[in-house]
Amino acid sequence: MATTPVRIQPKNRVLAWIEERLPILSFLSSHTSEYYAPKNFNFWYYFGSLALLILVNQIVTGIFLTMFYKPGADTAFASVEYIMRDVDWGWLIRYMHEVGASMFFIVVYLHMFRGLMYGSYKKPRELVWILGMLIFLALMAEAFMGYVLPWGNMSFWGAKVIISLFGAVPWIGDALVQWIMGDYNPADATLNRFFSLHVIALPLVLLLLVVLHLAALHEVGSNNPDGVEIKKGPKGSRFGADKPADGIPFHPYYTVKDLFGVGFFLIICAFIIFFEPTVGGWFLEKDNFIPANALVTPADIKPVWYFTPFYAVVRMIPAKLPGVIVMFLSIAVLFLVPWLDRGHVKSVRYRGLGYKIGLALFALSFLMLGAVGAGLTTEYIPVFFGAAANLTAIENFFGRFWLFIYFACFLALWAYTYFGWEKTKPVPERVTTHD
Amino acid sequence: MANEVVDPGRRRFLTATTSVVGAVGVVCAAVPFIKSWEPSARAKAAGAPVMADIGKIEAGQKVSFGWRGMPVFVVNRTPQQLATLPEVDARLKDPRSDNVDQQPAYAKNENRSIKPEWLVVIGICTHLGCSPEYYGVVKPEPFDPDWKGGFFCPCHKSRYDIAGRVYDGVPAPANLQVPPYHFVSDTLIQIGVGPQGAA
Repeated sequence: MATTPVRIQPKNRVLAWIEERLPILSFLSSHTSEYYAPKNFNFWYYFGSLALLILVNQIVTGIFLTMFYKPGADTAFASVEYIMRDVDWGWLIRYMHEVGASMFFIVVYLHMFRGLMYGSYKKPRELVWILGMLIFLALMAEAFMGYVLPWGNMSFWGAKVIISLFGAVPWIGDALVQWIMGDYNPADATLNRFFSLHVIALPLVLLLLVVLHLAALHEVGSNNPDGVEIKKGPKGSRFGADKPADGIPFHPYYTVKDLFGVGFFLIICAFIIFFEPTVGGWFLEKDNFIPANALVTPADIKPVWYFTPFYAVVRMIPAKLPGVIVMFLSIAVLFLVPWLDRGHVKSVRYRGLGYKIGLALFALSFLMLGAVGAGLTTEYIPVFFGAAANLTAIENFFGRFWLFIYFACFLALWAYTYFGWEKTKPVPERVTTHD
Repeated sequence: MANEVVDPGRRRFLTATTSVVGAVGVVCAAVPFIKSWEPSARAKAAGAPVMADIGKIEAGQKVSFGWRGMPVFVVNRTPQQLATLPEVDARLKDPRSDNVDQQPAYAKNENRSIKPEWLVVIGICTHLGCSPEYYGVVKPEPFDPDWKGGFFCPCHKSRYDIAGRVYDGVPAPANLQVPPYHFVSDTLIQIGVGPQGAA
C-alpha cells in the first residue's frame, strides 16, 4: 500500500509548532501507523527488519570499536588484541560486531530467498529488488574490508587474493591492483584506505541505499505470501473505509510481531557471542589469530563462509579471467531476475511445479557451491571415496555440476515462463487468511 | 540588447555549456583523489628495482639480494649443474615452466633464466613462504639419495632443482618465482625491471 500523505496535528503546542515547520511526525506516521501491510505476513517476513536491526548493531558497535582500533600495519593487530584483553567489555563489543557481520549475511540471504519464493521482485517491485541487490553488493564490499582490518594472516592473504581478482582485467589489471593496494603487496596504505571505506564511505552508501529500498517499498507496498496486491482488493476495514480490507497498520501490528522475532533472534545471537563466537572457524578463521605475514600463506586459504559460493565459482573455472567474469556474472544475473521471469503469478504457492523445483535446485546449488568454496569437498571426498580417489577430478566435477545448475536455473526460469510451459494455479482474489 | 523576451535556445545553450565546463572541472578535481591511491613515494622507494653486482660470484656459488622485502637468490651455475637439468625433468611437477605466474616469458626456458649460467629466483618457497636452502653440489643428501643439486626447504621438505623447478611429491605447488630482471652489463643485473623495461 502506497504511503498516503497524512497530516498529524499534535495537541501539544510545542509539537504543533515543530510540526507546522517540519512535518516529522507526519512523515513517521505515514511510514508506520499509516503504512498498511498485508495481514498475512509469515515467518519469512522477519528478515527485513532483522537486517535493519543488525545494521544498527554494526554501526553502534563499530563506532565504539573505532575508538580503540588503530589502523596501520604495525598497530592494527595489537590494537585488536588490546580491545579483546584490556578494554573493559571490549571483547563483547568486538564479538557483537563480528557475529553481527555473519548474522547480517544469514538474514540477507534468507530475505533474498523470501523475495524469490513469493515473487517480491516482480512488477511493480523491480526497483525494490534492484536496490536490495545494490545493498547486497555494498554489504559484500563492507564485509570484505572489515575482515582485512584486524590485519591477521587471513586478513592479509584474503586481501591479496580478492584484490588480485582485479588483476584479471585485461591490459590495466596489474596497474589496477597496484592502485587499489597503494603498494606492491597489501600493506599499510591498503589497510588505511580500507579502514576509511569501511567506517565512513560504505556505511553512508549502505544507509542511503536502505532508505531508497524502503522508500521504493513503501511506494508500491509490501508483497505477501499469496502474492496478491491488497491495493487492488476490497476497501474498508475497522481502520477506515478507504483502507485496504486485507491490510493492517505496520505499527503497532508488525512492529510487535517483529519485536517477537527480534527476541528470538537475539537469543541465538547471544548464544553465539557468549559460547562460540568463532563458530569453529566459520565466522572467524583460525589463521586470523596470527598476525599478518607477507611471507607465509595460510595452509588452507579460503574466505569467510558468506563468500564461499562465489569463491567456488572462481575455483571451478580453470582460467583466471573467465573465472572472475563468471563470478561477477553469478551476482549480476540476480539483478536480471525481474525480467527473466515472464510469469504473472508471484507466489510460489500458485506457481507451476517447475518453479518450485527450480527454486529448490537454485538454493541447493548455492549451498553446494558454498561447500566447495569452504573446502568441505576437499575434506570429505577422501572420506567417501577413499584416500586413493582423484580428489581434484571429483571436486571439479561436483563443483562444476552445481555451477551449471546455478546458471541453468536462471535460463530455465526464462524459458519456462517465456514459452508458457508453466501451469499455474488460480491466484485468489484476496489474501487467504482474511476474515 | 533587449531583455524583455526570454530566448529559450540561448538559455539552453548557456546551461549546456556551463554544465560541460562544470563537468570537466569535476573530472579534473577527481584526478588528485584518484591519484592519491597510487603507491606513495615512500612505497615506491621501498619497492624500487635494485642493482645487484654479480661480478664476484664464483662458479657454483649462491648470493642473496634483497628486493621488496624478499630474498632474491642469484646462482652462478656451472656447466655440470646445467647438465643436470634434463636429467631431472621426469621427477618434476612443472618441468617446462608452463605455470606462467612463476616466471616472465623471457625466463620460460630449460634454464629458467636469461643467460644459461645465471639463475635469478625469489628465494621463497611456494608452499608456505619459508626460505629454501642452497644445496648446489651433486651428491647424495639425507633428504634425497639421488640429489642433483638445487634448493631444499627445511620447513616442509620441498625440493627444487638447480633451476628452481619443484620436484613432484613435495608440498610446494609451483616452481620458485623468477622476478623481472635484466642485465645492465655482464657483471651487473637490475632486479625489478625486465629486459624491455616491463616491470
